Amino acid sequence: MSKPQSTFRPFRSSQAERSDRSAGDRLRHRQKVRESIRENIADIIAEESIIGRDRDRVIKVPIRGVKEYRFVFGDNAPGVGQGEGEVEKGQVVGKSQQQGDGADGKAGDRPGIDYYETDVTLEELIEIMFEDLELPDLERKKLREIPADRLFKRKGYRSVGIRVRLDKRETVKAKLRRQFAAERHSEVDPEHFPFHQDDLTYRHKVTEPKNESNAVVVCIMDTSGSMDTMKKYLARSFFFLLYQFILTKYRNVEIVFISHHTEASEVTEGEFFHKGESGGTLISSGYLKALEIIESRYHPSLWNVYAFHCSDGDNFDADNTAALRAANELCGVCNLFGYGEIKPLGSRHYESSMLNVFRRLEANNFQTVLIERKEDIWTSFKAFLAKDRAAES
Amino acid sequence: MPAYDIEDLEEWDKRIRDKVAEFGLECFPQEFEVCDHSEMLGYMAYSGMPSHYPHWSYGKAYEKLKTLYDYGVSGLPYEMVINSNPSIAYLMRDNSLLLQILTIAHVYGHNDFFRNNFTFRTTRSEYTIGRVKAEGARVRSYIEDPSIGIESVEAVLDAAHAVSLQCRRNLAVRKRSPEEERRVAIERAKPPEDPFRRIHRRVEYQEPELRRVPLAPDEDLLLFIRDHNHYLAEWERDLLTIVHENSQYFIPQIETKIMNEGWATFWHKRILDSLQLPQALQIEFIVRHNQVARPIPGSLNPYHLGLKVWEDIERRCVAPESGEEPLDGSSQSAAEKLFEVRAVDRDSSFLRRHLTERLIREMNLFEYRAQGENMVVSEVAGRDGWRQIKETLIQGVGMSSVPVIRVVDSDYGQTRTLYLAHEHDGRDLQLEYAEKTLSFVYRLWHRDVALETTIEGSRMLLRFGEGGFSSKALK
Repeated sequence: MSKPQSTFRPFRSSQAERSDRSAGDRLRHRQKVRESIRENIADIIAEESIIGRDRDRVIKVPIRGVKEYRFVFGDNAPGVGQGEGEVEKGQVVGKSQQQGDGADGKAGDRPGIDYYETDVTLEELIEIMFEDLELPDLERKKLREIPADRLFKRKGYRSVGIRVRLDKRETVKAKLRRQFAAERHSEVDPEHFPFHQDDLTYRHKVTEPKNESNAVVVCIMDTSGSMDTMKKYLARSFFFLLYQFILTKYRNVEIVFISHHTEASEVTEGEFFHKGESGGTLISSGYLKALEIIESRYHPSLWNVYAFHCSDGDNFDADNTAALRAANELCGVCNLFGYGEIKPLGSRHYESSMLNVFRRLEANNFQTVLIERKEDIWTSFKAFLAKDRAAES
Repeated sequence: MPAYDIEDLEEWDKRIRDKVAEFGLECFPQEFEVCDHSEMLGYMAYSGMPSHYPHWSYGKAYEKLKTLYDYGVSGLPYEMVINSNPSIAYLMRDNSLLLQILTIAHVYGHNDFFRNNFTFRTTRSEYTIGRVKAEGARVRSYIEDPSIGIESVEAVLDAAHAVSLQCRRNLAVRKRSPEEERRVAIERAKPPEDPFRRIHRRVEYQEPELRRVPLAPDEDLLLFIRDHNHYLAEWERDLLTIVHENSQYFIPQIETKIMNEGWATFWHKRILDSLQLPQALQIEFIVRHNQVARPIPGSLNPYHLGLKVWEDIERRCVAPESGEEPLDGSSQSAAEKLFEVRAVDRDSSFLRRHLTERLIREMNLFEYRAQGENMVVSEVAGRDGWRQIKETLIQGVGMSSVPVIRVVDSDYGQTRTLYLAHEHDGRDLQLEYAEKTLSFVYRLWHRDVALETTIEGSRMLLRFGEGGFSSKALK
């Protein structure tokens, strides 16, 4: 047989740099991933615990939009594997494909099904959420600022300092003063009168630690009605905005979750959004619990209290007076107390509403809002904050 | 820097080529290109093709490979060979000298296989590079065309990719033209010649159905849509053609994965064994070879399986055990037999003919099925279990792992509905995927699409149309 011919082409680093052909396709893929997250943001936020979490936390998000669909065989297609030693019938050799990706490294022997998830940081997710809520840019920035530990305050001028604090205006003034003084005694050429070390004037700053300030956000939610994904998303976004906002104003912020149906209890964030529903509702129970917690742990003389209650508006008629009384009391201890009724469009006509009841409440730091769709969140949030007592003073 | 240079590689390559000629392998001219690992990732994402047309799915493939590589889940392959004439292979420059030698020998195995296996006859390998380049240029021109743009091109490519493997599997069999189909249909309608027609009642002539399009069920979904949806723009047709040609090019590689990898592994072992490597290299060779060709418990390594079968064929030629079924054409020498099998088989026939009961037992193969959340062993190589294991294995290799779906009618119910039928072989379709894929077919066909299939024993008709997805049971 004839010997084959061969050629060798050595490595050229210039070529490696030039030919990153995949760059465009990678970019396009990332855009698709982001689009996909954005489309499903309601589901993701509703299922993730985001309030009061570390912003660098990485969250796994399933991606739907960028799967490559084909006709593939389903679960009843058998496969063949190779065993180590004796293999017996009925032995479990792995997880079925439907349950996730081939975590045991078996993804290769079956085509098609690609379960796909990506990592995003909470920060990115929040960014996308703000985009989705269509918050104006300016407001978004305000909410995302992290409070500085210390404030620098201007306090007069010094003749020594660092370069960046050089005050040009004052420096020139000093030079002119010296020049005029010099002119009295001798002939001076104003064109050639140089700066002197003594002219330099620096702004002086002193650090002023910001006063410790405590705030607590009390989130109350009614778990009796059916809080579906959309309602959860709305409630969660609202609580989240509130928390982020309070965080920008106070140094030490704590958060309390209270869920209630006929009885109220303090829960974790996870439980707060995943509590099962049960029969009736006594709104007053939630308020009384909040009052109790505030009384024992967050006394209003030391803490700025912000309370907000989300509900679908169903309450026992008999409880309305009690709820009203408790709400009044809460207004007394809170900077701000709000009630948000979440009713995705269309459901409003069938159920009773607490909005009418609360109309009788006359405290000036109380606000009710009606949230029907996600576009309402920002406007109601702003309406809510307008009543902040702390802001007035 | 590794302790060798390109001259060393050329020197070793020369020795390897001597062996290649001595063993009787027939290769295309071979080109080796040295690249670094990031280039290698790029080549892998695009199946080795320089100047492939752009699509986000390749970006996705790249990211996936990179993640796996960065986290050390999987290494990079030592080599990447393109089926073209001349054949092109990439060598990673960070590899050790032994790995390069092993890779070079392995590459000649693939090269010989590409040149001689019957499935690759249709790939026209001398035009591969030029074709891919021209296709890439065309797709780019559509993307840059202001009246088309990337969104529209992607919409068509996404849909076309979804059904790109719904095409004819055995390309060595010629496809009939519509005229031939027509002639066959007329021929078939004629009553058979009956020597006793005088005493028999005359068979009534059944008029053949000649108005249906297609006359016989058509498996080339993309081509069918291209030729029969008259609302497609010229560039859309071109995209469908490009995607179709691309998958046609890869079908032989899908069809011969086990054989091909087994063959290359078989020969790199043979060649390196005969090179009389210095001891240090010899030890590294044994380690590396075992990494490549080791069995993976719970799964199936095509390198291992292929190598086992090839070695078994040779063994049965050279030293058949008593009582063992003789190989047909046993007058041939072992080499002749190997070369013959390499030319005329593909994975399914290769395993059917040459994966013996003994081998299945020896390799401890088992069959598994899904049971709830778990994959459970359903058959082991016991007394008769091996037959079923073999059947299942053959059913899962090559293009048999892609459901057979044919176009039956393009005017179903006189509503221009595209009627597809899934040839059910005991394996159901994954419904979520079927639904999404149908929506892609709808996007290309522009009118309703129906798919007949069997789910859990009952026949179903899945439809996708303007109103979205629907399904109903068929009688």
